[in-house]
Amino acid sequence: MSLVTLDDVSVQFGDVLALRGVSLRIERGEFVALVGSNGSGKTTLLRTLHGMLRHRGRRAVDAAARRQAMVFQRPFLMRLNVLNNLRLALWLAGVPRRDRAQRITAALQRVGLQGLERRPARALSGGQQQRLALARAIAVQPQLLFLDEPTASLDPTAKREVEALLAGFAADGMTLVMSTHNLGQAKRLATRVVYLEGGVVHADLPAERFFNGPLEGPAYHFLKGELA
Amino acid sequence: MSAFAQSFRTAFELIVQADPALVRTVALSLWVSGSACLLASGFGLALGAWLAVARFPGHRLALLALNTLLALPSVLVGLVVYLLLSRSGPLGSWGILFTPSAMVIAQTLLVLPIVAALTRQLVGDSLRDGGDQLRSMGAAPLTCALLMLVHGRWAVLTVLIAAFGRAIAEVGAVMIVGGNIDGFTRVMTTTIALETSKGDLPLALALGLVLLLVVGVLNALLGLARRGHGSALAGVR
Amino acid sequence: MNTLSRLQVLQRRAALGLALAALALAPLGARAQDKTIVMASTTSTEQSGLFAHLLPEFKKAAGIDVRVVAQGTGQALDMGRRGDADVLFVHDQIAEEKFVADGYGLKRSPVMYNDFVLIGPKSDPAGVKGADIVEALKKLAAGRFEFVSRGDKSGTHAAELRYWKAAGVEAPAGKLPGYKECGCGMGPALNIAASSNAYVLADRGTWLAFKNRADLAILVEGDKRLFNQYGVIVVNPARHPHVKKDLAQAFADWVVSPAGQTAIASYKIGGEQLFFPNAGQ
Repeated sequence: MSLVTLDDVSVQFGDVLALRGVSLRIERGEFVALVGSNGSGKTTLLRTLHGMLRHRGRRAVDAAARRQAMVFQRPFLMRLNVLNNLRLALWLAGVPRRDRAQRITAALQRVGLQGLERRPARALSGGQQQRLALARAIAVQPQLLFLDEPTASLDPTAKREVEALLAGFAADGMTLVMSTHNLGQAKRLATRVVYLEGGVVHADLPAERFFNGPLEGPAYHFLKGELA
Repeated sequence: MSAFAQSFRTAFELIVQADPALVRTVALSLWVSGSACLLASGFGLALGAWLAVARFPGHRLALLALNTLLALPSVLVGLVVYLLLSRSGPLGSWGILFTPSAMVIAQTLLVLPIVAALTRQLVGDSLRDGGDQLRSMGAAPLTCALLMLVHGRWAVLTVLIAAFGRAIAEVGAVMIVGGNIDGFTRVMTTTIALETSKGDLPLALALGLVLLLVVGVLNALLGLARRGHGSALAGVR
Repeated sequence: MNTLSRLQVLQRRAALGLALAALALAPLGARAQDKTIVMASTTSTEQSGLFAHLLPEFKKAAGIDVRVVAQGTGQALDMGRRGDADVLFVHDQIAEEKFVADGYGLKRSPVMYNDFVLIGPKSDPAGVKGADIVEALKKLAAGRFEFVSRGDKSGTHAAELRYWKAAGVEAPAGKLPGYKECGCGMGPALNIAASSNAYVLADRGTWLAFKNRADLAILVEGDKRLFNQYGVIVVNPARHPHVKKDLAQAFADWVVSPAGQTAIASYKIGGEQLFFPNAGQ
């Protein structure tokens, strides 16, 4: 069964219809890239998949996707140290106290931030903060990880580090859904690409098909425009 | 010698001699206003956090009322509390009129809107920054608000300092509900008012200086405690 | 410190705050044990320093603490009517007798008198200096002179209005140019008079204790009409059962007794006696 199913979902903000009648399924093990220009609705779609927004239409989540986490373009870190930020996430997720220490250590190790437990989270560099956000996300052992332009604010080195981590998560079997305006990134990481424009899905194809063609219509023009 | 120059000298002498009546008065001021500040923060922080996330019909009206209460005159609070606690009033059986307890209640009511309104603002602002992300992590709306109190704890401390300042500096409320009873409900501000009305202006000024000095020392101690916590770390954003 | 315990600390601080509140709200000192009464009196009496001299003597004699709330006579009587005081010590005979007649007080006993004096600029532009208060006020009414009135329903204010009436001015406020009401106590009224070089009616006690005299001096004194009679009244427990009648009566009895009367007479400022005991007269 699909992890998350959207059936004719629309999302309205005041007068603006950000998503129009979108139907979509996320399957286990996929790495889905949501692409499109600004205002296309990809962030709205991402948040709707995660269950953060009120919407018309049906959204169903399978039991196998109940544990979800999301990483944002600019992570919000509490004015606490690295360790306490992670403890907070585990507490909010309902992870029993006895399991927390071990999960925290594993997560920090995975993202390469081991040894920085006592550092104030806000004193980390941009790249480190995003890696902390990733640690925070994977510490709750999510079945489904959402990412909203996770490398848009990072310098090239940090960007590469984060991409390497994401590739690693995917290789471990995690299902990821990521919105990005960086087509190169989508090409490097994604198994499937969903192209949106004006709140409507114009293309939903395996990555290979999307990038190597043949493409038609708005998706084609978008790809051409981006790669020019 | 001008009243100002004389008052500096008098203030210095008062402090050095540590006159027991003065010490008692200062201690009572700190006790009354400190208790009021604590009580107001207990209720005010919770109220402010709740208002930052609660959505109910009349929500805007509640905020308007709260902001209006920021301008509560202290004499008005004193009068209302007096009428409540008077033997002829609804709470007369408590028998606490003209005691420090009544003063604590009056000052708590006075500064509660300050704590609530300012807390609501800073929690609301923090939630605009990170509320979404906390919700995504599984926090209920009120939990988000309370977490923002922890996140913004230094701003919260400033709010409490402001509330304490408002309390310890006011004279209208404590005069009416305390009765300015010598040796029992006389605090610094009512003493200053009394000495002014007796025409002893240098003494009144001197007492004012002593009061400012005491509060200044308190703030300095708070500042030290804050530095000890290392929140002034370089590079913290 | 982990965030969960940080929230717990917040909760514990709230609990501590509530505990402190309970402490702050608990009346300081169990009321049953300490013998205390609340006495409503006037600012002029308190500011004269009489109570600081008199009440310790009473405490020694009877072991009772008297807590003085000092306001204007009008407010003091109001406090008595509300039952917020156990005993009254004021100086407005007519208002006091009405208070007792209306059933708010048990009995009015005369205790002592002090006197009013007419204060004014040493240069005395109105030429009022002398020993006749009514003549003095007539002169003030005839010209345009600055006069400060307390205007606060106090005993002093009531007396002032009686003298104006005797001088032919029914309600001076608004009628006399230069007549200003401050709605304040004796001290502040003297402050205003000192800074604007005005005339003002004051009780001798507050004047003797007043330190900000500027150019003012006593111009009219000694007129028998200027005598200011004090009375003590125990608040009627029939109206307010919680009133500590026995303790209040102990004070009322003591202050008219030879011991109390001697204590009153022995209070002096700068060697001058302020209050003249006349209980039983």
